[in-house]
Amino acid sequence: MDVLEHIPRTPRPEDTPRPAGVDNWRYAKGEIAQLWLDCANTGTNVISEAVLRELDRLLDQIKTDQPRALAIRSAKAGGFAAGADIDGFANLRGESAVKMLEQGHAVLDKLSDLPFTTIAVVHGNTLGGGLELALACDHRIGVDGVKVGFPEVQLGLHPGLGGTFRLTRLIDPVAAMQMMLTGSSAHDRKARKLGILDALVPIRHVDAAISAAAAGKLEHDTGGLRATALRTRAGRSLAATRMRSEAEKKAPNQHYPAPYALINLWEDHGGDPSAMQKAEIASFAKLLDSATAQNLIRVFFLRRKLKSEGKGNDGIQHVHVIGAGAMGAEIAAWSAMQGKRVTLEDVALEPLGEAVKRAVGIYDKKHLSGIDARDALDRMMPDPEGLGRARADLVIEAAPEKLEIKEKIYASLDGVMKPDAILASNTSSLRLADLVAATPDAGRFAGLHFFNPVSQMPLVEVVSHDAAEAKTLDRLAAFAEGIDRLPARVTDYPGFLVNRILGPYLMEAMVMLEEGKTKEDIDRAALAFGMPMGPVTLADQVGLDICLEVAKSLRHSLDRPMADTPDWLAEMVAQGHVGRKSGRGLYNYDTRETPPDTPADDPPDEIIDRLILPMCDAGVECLRKGVAQDADTVDAAVIFGTGWAPFRGGPMHYAKVRREVPRRLEALAADHGARFDPDKGWASFG
Amino acid sequence: MTRPVYLVDGARTPFLKARGGPGPFTPVDLAVQCGRPLLMRQPMPRSAFDLVILGCVNVIQDEMNPARVAALRLGMGDEQVAFTMQINCGSGMQSIDTAFRYIRDGSHEMILAGGTEALSHAPLVYNRKATEWFGGMAQARGAMDKAAKLTELRPDFFSPVIGLERGLTDPITSLNMGQTAEVLAHRFGIDRETADAYAVDSHKRLAAAQAGGRLDREVLPAFDRDGVPHAADDGVRPDNSMAHLAKLNPAFEKPYGKVTAGNSSQITDGASWVILASETAVEAHGLEPIARLVDSEWAALDPSIMGLGPVLASTPLAQRHGLNVDDIDLWEINEAFAAQVLSCLAAWQDDDFCREVLGYDAAFGRIDRGRLNVDGGAISLGHPVGASGNKIVLHLANAMKTKGVRRGIATECIGGGLGGAMLLEAA
Repeated sequence: MDVLEHIPRTPRPEDTPRPAGVDNWRYAKGEIAQLWLDCANTGTNVISEAVLRELDRLLDQIKTDQPRALAIRSAKAGGFAAGADIDGFANLRGESAVKMLEQGHAVLDKLSDLPFTTIAVVHGNTLGGGLELALACDHRIGVDGVKVGFPEVQLGLHPGLGGTFRLTRLIDPVAAMQMMLTGSSAHDRKARKLGILDALVPIRHVDAAISAAAAGKLEHDTGGLRATALRTRAGRSLAATRMRSEAEKKAPNQHYPAPYALINLWEDHGGDPSAMQKAEIASFAKLLDSATAQNLIRVFFLRRKLKSEGKGNDGIQHVHVIGAGAMGAEIAAWSAMQGKRVTLEDVALEPLGEAVKRAVGIYDKKHLSGIDARDALDRMMPDPEGLGRARADLVIEAAPEKLEIKEKIYASLDGVMKPDAILASNTSSLRLADLVAATPDAGRFAGLHFFNPVSQMPLVEVVSHDAAEAKTLDRLAAFAEGIDRLPARVTDYPGFLVNRILGPYLMEAMVMLEEGKTKEDIDRAALAFGMPMGPVTLADQVGLDICLEVAKSLRHSLDRPMADTPDWLAEMVAQGHVGRKSGRGLYNYDTRETPPDTPADDPPDEIIDRLILPMCDAGVECLRKGVAQDADTVDAAVIFGTGWAPFRGGPMHYAKVRREVPRRLEALAADHGARFDPDKGWASFG
Repeated sequence: MTRPVYLVDGARTPFLKARGGPGPFTPVDLAVQCGRPLLMRQPMPRSAFDLVILGCVNVIQDEMNPARVAALRLGMGDEQVAFTMQINCGSGMQSIDTAFRYIRDGSHEMILAGGTEALSHAPLVYNRKATEWFGGMAQARGAMDKAAKLTELRPDFFSPVIGLERGLTDPITSLNMGQTAEVLAHRFGIDRETADAYAVDSHKRLAAAQAGGRLDREVLPAFDRDGVPHAADDGVRPDNSMAHLAKLNPAFEKPYGKVTAGNSSQITDGASWVILASETAVEAHGLEPIARLVDSEWAALDPSIMGLGPVLASTPLAQRHGLNVDDIDLWEINEAFAAQVLSCLAAWQDDDFCREVLGYDAAFGRIDRGRLNVDGGAISLGHPVGASGNKIVLHLANAMKTKGVRRGIATECIGGGLGGAMLLEAA
């Protein structure tokens, strides 16, 4: 019994009523008035137009009630507010966007101008519009574990409800800009140190802290010397130049205009809050109209779509992973970090040891506390004897890509696994149809295809086959969602969805190398298109051995012409030069050769089209064959599985916008061969 | 009401020799490393355990009540009662004995009882003068006061006392444990060659047990954070020889002493668990016990001859159950020192000693070396003090099963002048 669950919690926001005609707030009068944000019909607060409209009315009433202070807090367990209501503004354009922003600003100005002390109590996620609401108060009291930040830049935007001028005025402006430019959030103690929070307390001391703030006993320390220096235009210009060159390294202006708009905003108006407020509105509205913002907002919705595919209870507490190679180890480490009990099996002890070390590295990178990392490592048990097979709710086979090996493993699981346990294969190059006969129970078998490295690539393909039960697929999708990955439901097809689409990108790069193009030219052209990594670099990253396998399997099992693989590739693999993992691949890492990371200034269209358009074509083919249910799933899977230029919205969206893709493919086919012949699915596409 | 008590299963980490500096695992890390697979290979849920008891002598600051910390880290739940026991080298056996009595008397059905020790983590302890200075510094208020205190700092404050060395010194007689073995060697006339020969044999027996797979179910690999798998007891020296051991100087009493590093137990880190269960629990979960615990005994004597503890603790078990020397098929006598084990054997063969001290009419008799520590002992695999008592009971049970014999005694000497013993029978 969990005793803690049965001890009453105070105060309970439910005890405070919603005023008549108000859906999203609860209000309690008093010497210290309490206003609880509690959005109707959802577990997460967002700052919507309705929230602001109701707040406007409530503020008028609170003014007449004349409290000594007003505390604004959230009734939701998960946090203060996750941000602005993206659904509400995604479709606004031009003047209507400006108008809505002006209304929102007026409400927050009203809050900030109240004649008594205002205090925001923030806990959990306090992001975007939620933070802007808190910034309009006189004081911010953080509850342990609070996370504040402005993630707008990830949507191709910057803060639009006063965040730009309020945060740069509240704390050291360079630190403020840093937060807004990177979109990274500040956790509790960091937020306190930056001066965003005036106090950081455990939940049990919140009321005492509110009283202290109301009595004027909470002090706020301002940004100090540097802040003063940056009140001059000259000081800001110097800092702005540095920020621009930093931003250019990560996100070129041409593809990502938001950081540059934000820097301009601050450089021009950083000394004058009211001018900066006006400029913020204009700049936000302009960014909202940009293709980048629209596509990145689309990516946000795609993420939500995939997440919703994984609704429900997975019934999986214990995961058993067979095979402690790079993938198996990452799957095990990640699942343990997300709270699952994990056993990791391998025939040898060394890879199990390596897996533990890898887990330590992942937890370190993810900034787990010492205790959290220890607990995750405790949950992940190296299991040379395969003890977990009989206890697990899910067995993930991540063994080498050899049919006989996998068949042998499946046979040995017969009668050993729990009756309702699921067996999933992480295969990337074999067909489930070829594996299913060897499994103990075809109905409870499916593909669960992770992407490398699991700790960085959010996509997981949940792969069905003819005999798979719907419940099995639902549970696997829920499992993926439960470990904070994004499930994409696909069918059994050569390369499934993502590798079928990615294959031609890598294979065409090999053909270009064969033609004599340099790897740098190829990679830099792809970077210029917005790919996170050029195809040559990616091939090294994935492993040339795996690329070769995938290419072979695509060529053999697709009924269409594919690019030939040059002989030297097989020779390199035979010699053990398989890419980054062996120290040498198409780039030589042993001699410190580093793949290019700067996009080409003027990349040849021909290289880009030869790399990118076959991906669009493969996507159309997958839609025609029903590998994915719709174009959005294709775009989402390719973006979250490969990092495909997110600001372009995905290969299907790109094809829709560009329109002439089939014609261009025909032209490429004329020049380079039948592998560019457009799929017949184009006829019904778009 | 007394009920039968079964030893269902058990597992330990490899015993890892301390090689200067802290080893890769803390005491609780060790307990978690072998506890996880042990719990995983048995069919009952973690909630079936009523209690966790863990023996540990050198508890580290971050792991107060290591039994509870281990239980939580093993995922046994917030509701798991757990306590830690300390009776020096007997701690890991005391945990079994306590579990045995609770189950026998009917208050508990299933208990996880273990022992753990990370001797390589034994702290460097600041001496008393330094500790007092730190205390004064912490209380100093204001810059002047602090500065004044600072001038009192002396270099010798920082000559640390090695905690382990203090722990292995008897606080009453001020004899080091090795010196107590020297006392026994002198009294029972154990010479250097006999002690060395015993030590060589210990290494050969452990090496043979490892090679023969006899430890495969008992010793489970541990994995550290640097990615190193530790698969086997690493103090074993199969190539050890009389010639090699003869070269070593006495470790405790130069130049004439007989006890050397080579014929003493090694300083190691390790943990061991056993699962004890009532008949009811065995039936409810369909378990297959290895052995049955029959009886236990603790005894005390002059701390300067603590090495005879096994004789004083085991003999009452034999007497209570009417057992002659031949009735006991296997013995595990913890090998603190070769001279100490040999002294125990000598005492049992000594007419006067057995008459005067043990109340027999004549000598108890000779314990056949073929029945004693058949797979090596602390001299070859090390003596993580809190774990050793647990390990010898577990190994006795496993060895009895392997050999298909009926009865065995596991016993140990305990620094401070104590002895513990447990009588086991085939399940």
